[in-house]
Amino acid sequence: MLRYLIPVGLLAALVAFFFVGLGRDKQTLPSPLLGKPAPAFSLPRVDDPTQTVSNKDFAGQPYVLNVWATWCVGCRQEHDALLAIAARGEVPIVGLNWKDERDLAQQWLRELGNPYVVTAFDQEGRVAIDWGVYGAPETFLVDSAGNVIHKHVAPLTVEIWEREFLPLLKQQAVSR
Amino acid sequence: MRICAAVLACMLLASFAHAIDTAPAFADPAQQARYERIARELRCLQCRSETIADSNASLAEDLRRQLRELIAAGKTDAEIMTYMTDRYGDYVLYRPPVKSNTWLLWAAPALLVLGGGVIAVVVILRKSKLPDDDLPEDDRARGSGAP
Repeated sequence: MLRYLIPVGLLAALVAFFFVGLGRDKQTLPSPLLGKPAPAFSLPRVDDPTQTVSNKDFAGQPYVLNVWATWCVGCRQEHDALLAIAARGEVPIVGLNWKDERDLAQQWLRELGNPYVVTAFDQEGRVAIDWGVYGAPETFLVDSAGNVIHKHVAPLTVEIWEREFLPLLKQQAVSR
Repeated sequence: MRICAAVLACMLLASFAHAIDTAPAFADPAQQARYERIARELRCLQCRSETIADSNASLAEDLRRQLRELIAAGKTDAEIMTYMTDRYGDYVLYRPPVKSNTWLLWAAPALLVLGGGVIAVVVILRKSKLPDDDLPEDDRARGSGAP
């Protein structure tokens, strides 16, 4: 009896491993930033190089940081969703224009609409590295204490916003 | 046709040449060696199965730039690795550290050898206790005392 049970058991264990492995999302990497203070940045604005934008500008209030670029197809995909979310006025959306060209970025915002309260221009991608960005679009939620509390990699939709971001934002409002 | 061949030859040569950068990053060969060694231990997160030394992805270029700056600033290997994992997590390391969720990964080779050894010993012991019934026909006949 045992001599049959052993191979069957081994097979079952293998199947279990593969099953769990198949179901896991291997594209989205867990962010080590979650629960930690948002990396500080100070960058020129995309619309006006003489002015800077820093995360100190948003101290004491929750905000969303959205990493985008004109070369990023997923960013175009999510743009309408960002406009819709911005129109709800629940939280300011800060843009981080990543490794892009200024005139193209300005043209993008003119043509497609601007969901951002302000967009920082990270041409060299240094701030993006501090935030652990590995592929646009990426969207971070920062709480009023300045901690990163959520990260979404891939185009944002209003459904994802309502399911993943909004509950965290409401918790924030309650605990304050 | 000749141009095609030349282009092909260039591409072949390029793949044999140094994978990273067009020129050495450091004048000091020791620093350059260190730079190349660490670059081969860091994963390019855009392409996943390449190191930042092998990848031409823009993120890999940026991470190589950070690495050059960290080395130039005199950071130790441990400080550089912490800088990378603080931002990108353990996934950025090609050699993941031994932790509660990676010990099985590290122990797997030893466990497999051990398990194979145990099975081998069991099989050999069991076989050695079996009667030698695979002797040639006439030997067996002699052994049993039959005519």
